[in-house]
This record gives sequence, C-alpha cells and structure tokens, in this order.
Amino acid sequence: MNPVSGELRQASPPHAQPVSRLLAAGPEAEYARHADTFGHLDPDAAAPGLLNLLEASGLTGRGGAAFATWRKAVATSQSAQKRLVPVRPVVIANGAEGEPLSFKDRTLLAHAPHLVLDGLLAVARAVAAAQVYLYAPAASIPGAQRALAEHPGGRRIQVVASPDTFISGEASAVVNNIATGSAIPLDKRRRLSDTGLKGRPTLVLNVETLAHVALIARFGADWFRAAGTPQDPGTRLVSVSGRGPGRDVVLEVPGGALLTDVLQSAGMDPATLSAVLVGGYHGRWVRPAAHVLAPNGPVGQVVRPGAGVIHALADGQCGLQATAGIVTYLAGQSARQCGPCMFGLPAMAGVLNRIAAGEQDPRLPGDLDRLANLVTGRGACHHPDGTVQLIGSALEVFSGDVRSHLAGRCSAVGIWAP
Amino acid sequence: MTATLHIDWTRCDGRGLCAELLSGVLVRDDWGYPVARGRQGPERTDVPVRPDDLEAAREAVSLCPRLALSLRDAASGDSQRRR
Ligand code: SF4
Ligand code: SF4
Repeated sequence: MNPVSGELRQASPPHAQPVSRLLAAGPEAEYARHADTFGHLDPDAAAPGLLNLLEASGLTGRGGAAFATWRKAVATSQSAQKRLVPVRPVVIANGAEGEPLSFKDRTLLAHAPHLVLDGLLAVARAVAAAQVYLYAPAASIPGAQRALAEHPGGRRIQVVASPDTFISGEASAVVNNIATGSAIPLDKRRRLSDTGLKGRPTLVLNVETLAHVALIARFGADWFRAAGTPQDPGTRLVSVSGRGPGRDVVLEVPGGALLTDVLQSAGMDPATLSAVLVGGYHGRWVRPAAHVLAPNGPVGQVVRPGAGVIHALADGQCGLQATAGIVTYLAGQSARQCGPCMFGLPAMAGVLNRIAAGEQDPRLPGDLDRLANLVTGRGACHHPDGTVQLIGSALEVFSGDVRSHLAGRCSAVGIWAP
Repeated sequence: MTATLHIDWTRCDGRGLCAELLSGVLVRDDWGYPVARGRQGPERTDVPVRPDDLEAAREAVSLCPRLALSLRDAASGDSQRRR
C-alpha cells in the first residue's frame, strides 16, 4: 500500500503488500512523467475492445455504488443506438467529493490527473460520446486546467465546478448541475443512461474509476486482476483519517484487503481503536476486527468501502455523539426537495442528539427506529437510506453506550447529573 | 404483470390526496407524505399496484396537484403521466 499524504510517503507498511498503480508516476505528475511511467494511450486505438476489456477486468465504480463499470458504459451506448434518431452520449468524469472524510479523489486529481483524462477520453471514444466533461471541486480545477492544457486530448474536455455540498457528487445531481447550475438530485423515473444531460444518454464515472480504466486499457484485464481477489479485483484508493489532524492519508489497497491491515498501514494500531467508520457518512460503524473491505459479501465479515472512506473514532470520543454530529450535518445537507428526507432527517438527528446528550427517556431508541423505518426508500436519492444505514450501525456498535446514556452515564464523557 | 405507481418525491408536497384516493395502497406519514402500505425499500417509490387498485391509481395520477405520480405498466415499460 502506498501512502500519500500532503507529500507522497514511500514507507513500506508492516502487514500489507505495497501496491502503487495509480500513483506510480509520483507526486503531481505532469504529462511527460506520466507518459514515461505508463506510456501514451491513444483513445482511438484503445476504444474498440475497451468495454469487453472492462467486463473481463471486473472493474466496479470507485465512487461508492460499486456498480460494474462495463455495464454502465454498455447501457449508455445501447440506449444511444436504440433511439429512433440516434443521439450521441455524454460522458462525465465525476471528481466531486462532498463527503467530508473523503480526499482520495482530489489527491488523485492532484497527482495523477493524466490517468483520469486518459480513461475519460478512452471511454468517451468507446461509447462515441458527443460531449465530455470533467466535474470537480473548485480547489481541483486549476490543477485540472494545467493538465488539460498539456494532455493531447485535453481540448475535448469541458470543466465544470462542483459545489462543496455533500450531495453534489450524486450522479443525477452532477447532470443537473451541468445542465442548470443546481447540484440537487433528479427524480429517478428515467435512467441517466437513457436520458441524462440535455436528454442525451449520459455516463457518469468517478475519477478513480477512470484512472483504473486508463491502466486496464494499457495493461489488460489480467494485469488488473493480479491485485485483489476474484470477487473484488484490482485496487482502490482509500482516505484514512482519525485520531487528530496530520494523520490523514490516502492508501492504494488491494480488493478484499483486511480493515485491520489498512489501519496498520495508515499508522494506527487497530487494538487501540474502539470503532471505525467505513464507507463514510452513508457507511457503517464497525469494531476494528478482521473485516474484509469489499463491495459484496456477508455482513459481519465484509464491510463495504463505499467511496473508500475509513475513519477511526478518536480516543475518548463518544461514538453516539460523533454519530449525532454526522446526522445533524446530513440533515442539513438534505436538498430539501423530498418530504421524507426534508422532515425525517432532522427528526432523526433530533432524537439521536437527545440520546447522545444523555436524556434519560427509554422511548428514544424506539422513536429512532420508527423514524428510520419511515424514511427508508422514500427519496429521489440514496441520502435517506444512507443516513439510516449509518444510524443503524451506530445503534448496533454503540449499543452499550446507548444503555449507559439512558442510565445517565457516558463512558467517554463521564457521568451526567443524576 | 403488476403495474407500478412511481412517486416523484421532488414534486410531492404531501397534501395527501393520493392516500385518500388509494387508501388500500397508500397511507400518510408523520408529515403527510404518502407511504406504501407494507412495502419496503425501492417498492416505496415504485409501488406495485394490484389490478383491483389500477383504476384508483389512474385517478390519483390525474388528480395529483403536483404531477408527482406516474403509472408504469411493468410489462411494456410504458408510463402514463398527465403532462
Ligand atoms: S432524498 Fe433528500 S438529499 Fe436526496 S434528492 Fe431528496 S431531498 Fe435531496
Ligand atoms: S397527491 Fe401528489 S402531491 Fe399530494 S401527497 Fe399524493 S403524490 Fe404528493
């Protein structure tokens, strides 16, 4: 695993095979160093077999949903051809990273922008796209512009800034923002692969996913599968944080890595951690046991990496208070267009804050359960369901704390007034 | 094939007319928004409608003041919407 913080660190981690694929060209790789390291990729030459190659590689999206990349691409290109009057699709590289604990995409854009651009142009060529976009936070745009100016295909790509909101990277919010300047999700009655940006079939792929595409196009599916497991091939970037500032690190880890190995590679001792948030604010709290980080598999053994966020609960921090803070934030990040999300999330945050603050009302956990059950499945995007998943995992992992709080104690904070 | 009633949450304002017209299928939540009876997950946004309820579902689609409802015949994928 290759840790990257502000600067690239080359220290070999104790319990894991070092992997360095995406960041192999080193820090802030300009086009010459990129081409020296990986070779030049001609999109026209790469495009013909690319979707088959992606299928053989088993690459899944690295933006959170872990959907098979080739399926998304094929759906987009088929729906473009199915029309009475064929329309050429749109391809969007999604670098929006609204998740406060995620920084791997901006790290990738800063250090390996040309891999992202190579992947974007190759996919765009493979689906015969008419328009190609790079959607990224304002802070990443100057670097992206420099890379575009250097890259042989850079002129084809239009850059659009993403706002720093939690929901700005949701695929339909990306399309909506490019079309109207408003980064809020759209109703899902129609699929983006059928009608997305200006009615065109639209393919939105995470920037890390595209960087993997660029490598698969060069080195093949077997090469990609040489890391990871058959169920979770290749590598992924993870943003590891926790235990005070200055320790945040981006690692490239093989598919199916053990959570404990990843934590150790990031310089943490899993034995000293009480809980770890995996998958970000829409993810789950787990005890730092030997969970496998993979998109699929039995709950209890496998924990889904989502967009690759791993955050350790700091020493002496109350998990319930941490979760209440996150849910309060998430409630504030509702796009406030779907009733159950607009009302349900603040209601859940309210109950959770009362539990976290030590209010001794035994009905509170039941209220939270009922609200969670009420909001699930009822929004234009995954925001309510993601929030409910986080709360559910907190009530499970911190169940002892819930009992203590209801009895007037907190193991982290101490004893409240009786 | 069962038809599904799609609820566009970005449009619905929760006044609850649909729950009156389709009381066998929808109830109202704490804030007035429709909840599909006995359904979980995605079936709360794309709600299966039995043939007996189809007529009332069509009526709800055409009377929803916010044009938030659409009916999709799962067999053909066609959707009916008042727009
Ligand atoms: S579910 Fe919430 S966050 Fe998602 S679109 Fe609706 S209001 Fe916005
Ligand atoms: S009738 Fe329409 S706007 Fe009113 S609650 Fe039902 S879906 Fe929402």
